[in-house]
Amino acid sequence: MLLLAVDTATPAVTAALHDGTSVVAESSRTDARRHGELLLPAVDHVLAEAGLKLDAVTGIVVGVGPGPYTGLRVGLVTAATFGSVLGVPVYGLCTLDGLAYASGLDGPFVVATDARRKEVYWARYDGFRTRLDEPVVDRPADIAEQVAGLPAVGAGALLYPDTFPDARAPENVSAGALAALAAEKLAGGNSDGRIGAGGMGTDGIDADEGGADRARAERGDVVVADGFLPVTPLYLRRPDAQVPKNYKVVTPQ
Amino acid sequence: MADEPLVLGIETSCDETGVGIVRGTTLLADAVASSVDTHARFGGVVPEIASRAHLEAMVPTIERALKDAGVSARDLDGIAVTAGPGLAGALLVGVSAAKAYAYALGKPLYGVNHLASHICVDQLEHGPLPEPTMALLVSGGHSSLLLAPDITSDVRPLGATIDDAAGEAFDKIARVLDLGFPGGPVIDRLAREGDPKAIAFPRGLTGSRDAPYDFSFSGLKTSVARWVEAKRAAGEELPIRDVAASFQEAVVDVLTRKAVRACKDEGVDHLMIGGGVAANSRLRALAQERCERAGIRLRVPRPGLCTDNGAMVAALGAEMVARNRASSDWDLSADSSLPVTDPHVPGAARGNGAGGPAHDHDHVHEISKDNLYS
Ligand SMILES: [Zn+2]
Repeated sequence: MLLLAVDTATPAVTAALHDGTSVVAESSRTDARRHGELLLPAVDHVLAEAGLKLDAVTGIVVGVGPGPYTGLRVGLVTAATFGSVLGVPVYGLCTLDGLAYASGLDGPFVVATDARRKEVYWARYDGFRTRLDEPVVDRPADIAEQVAGLPAVGAGALLYPDTFPDARAPENVSAGALAALAAEKLAGGNSDGRIGAGGMGTDGIDADEGGADRARAERGDVVVADGFLPVTPLYLRRPDAQVPKNYKVVTPQ
Repeated sequence: MADEPLVLGIETSCDETGVGIVRGTTLLADAVASSVDTHARFGGVVPEIASRAHLEAMVPTIERALKDAGVSARDLDGIAVTAGPGLAGALLVGVSAAKAYAYALGKPLYGVNHLASHICVDQLEHGPLPEPTMALLVSGGHSSLLLAPDITSDVRPLGATIDDAAGEAFDKIARVLDLGFPGGPVIDRLAREGDPKAIAFPRGLTGSRDAPYDFSFSGLKTSVARWVEAKRAAGEELPIRDVAASFQEAVVDVLTRKAVRACKDEGVDHLMIGGGVAANSRLRALAQERCERAGIRLRVPRPGLCTDNGAMVAALGAEMVARNRASSDWDLSADSSLPVTDPHVPGAARGNGAGGPAHDHDHVHEISKDNLYS
């Protein structure tokens, strides 16, 4: 197994290689405005560090957000394109789950990232592997009661100490943590050996796989492996778009 | 010819996800997924909606283009992509996909200019471009007169709109007349049954002291709107076909007059017209008439190649390969205001051998930002 993981849902641009046992190489840079420029060089860097070529990769892992940046799409389209060219599965993971996994915390805690516009993306966890609910976007003050007394992980927690007085590391998601989480899921979570491809029409289905998956893939349905998310972005917000109001007269009144 | 470069091109600068494949100047595939229907109810392209649609359509459209062309991705000689100008978030999806695609295949990447691509696409229809080529680019995002001695390295802006793009004017007048979005096709259709001389709408920037190659459609837009409002206020029936025809005539009269003048002034005997508005039947007819009178050969690609598409990007990419232009680096960025004077974005290490005059930023208008509605 050789997993390539990428995440561009937060200001971090991060890529990592995982061989099924441990992280082989990792690159992380924080620059919210340059996801598009930095991701491919980061992938190239981790492959060079490991002395491997991209075609050695057996699966792609991608953080699907939630994320407010236009850069969120950089990781997703990169992962989907790699999956299509290489013919390997693409596994979507919630970016918050990567942060939770990296924290190693036991018991109840919260992960919060910066959603901008004075809001956070957040979700509750019970231990570093178990998310309790779907991620949502809220103003910190509005959720203060719900998160009171809980440790909190992520840049969103550090930004709003009034709501999250017990902020913990890590601040940013790392592709290494995402890859490790995916490797664990693939090793243990699929006892029947089924591995599906990610969504977005990629055809990373191995020829020797179950007929049901193949049939679904041929119909164009999204096939999602157990424990993973479809390779589609978690925006959690509608686009800022307004249906124009009625025609505005230009004649001076 | 099998030794001509086989290039895949990706275009995502506005609302069309386009992937084209060409061999030299031969079109092999032109796959397009459009989100225009989603934008229609907003009366213009909404950048975030366009970006989301590009992400969904990207990989399936690439796969469809390869299937249509009947070629293997391994045989490609390069991947070209629109690096700008255009909507930043929309460009970013195409640029990221192109990088991943080129990297995974081990092929060179060419970030190219959207406007130069609009010109170069005519090679797929009418063979190699004459050098120099005079080009009039008219669409919802651009209105430019460009002189291109070498489409891969030397494109010079002669003039551009100082306010609305030509296609934007069509969209806004369609809204004044309650005809929906986009406005170009419906105005063209109605105008065929109207009298282009019925109403004397103004011709912007055509005075003797005005910039000879620049355009302005804002005054025309206001003039049409006031005329229509006066009719409505008086309770008279609106001669919608005559309004459409007279408005359209005012636009295409100025466009063709300035383009022909530029050809004469520069001693160029070819005029190329591209962009979505080049699909307008009256623009094509009047340009033909005036070019014939002036002894200029007119080249207008078929409508499907005039609107934004991947084939035009592939066409320019193939020319970059054929002329040994430097490929782009892996840190290529999407540049929403890439100057028209940069036909492509060569890698830093290899330098820019093209040179050229001072850079004049040619911005694409975000249609939804500035219109008749508040
Ligand atoms: Zn265009």
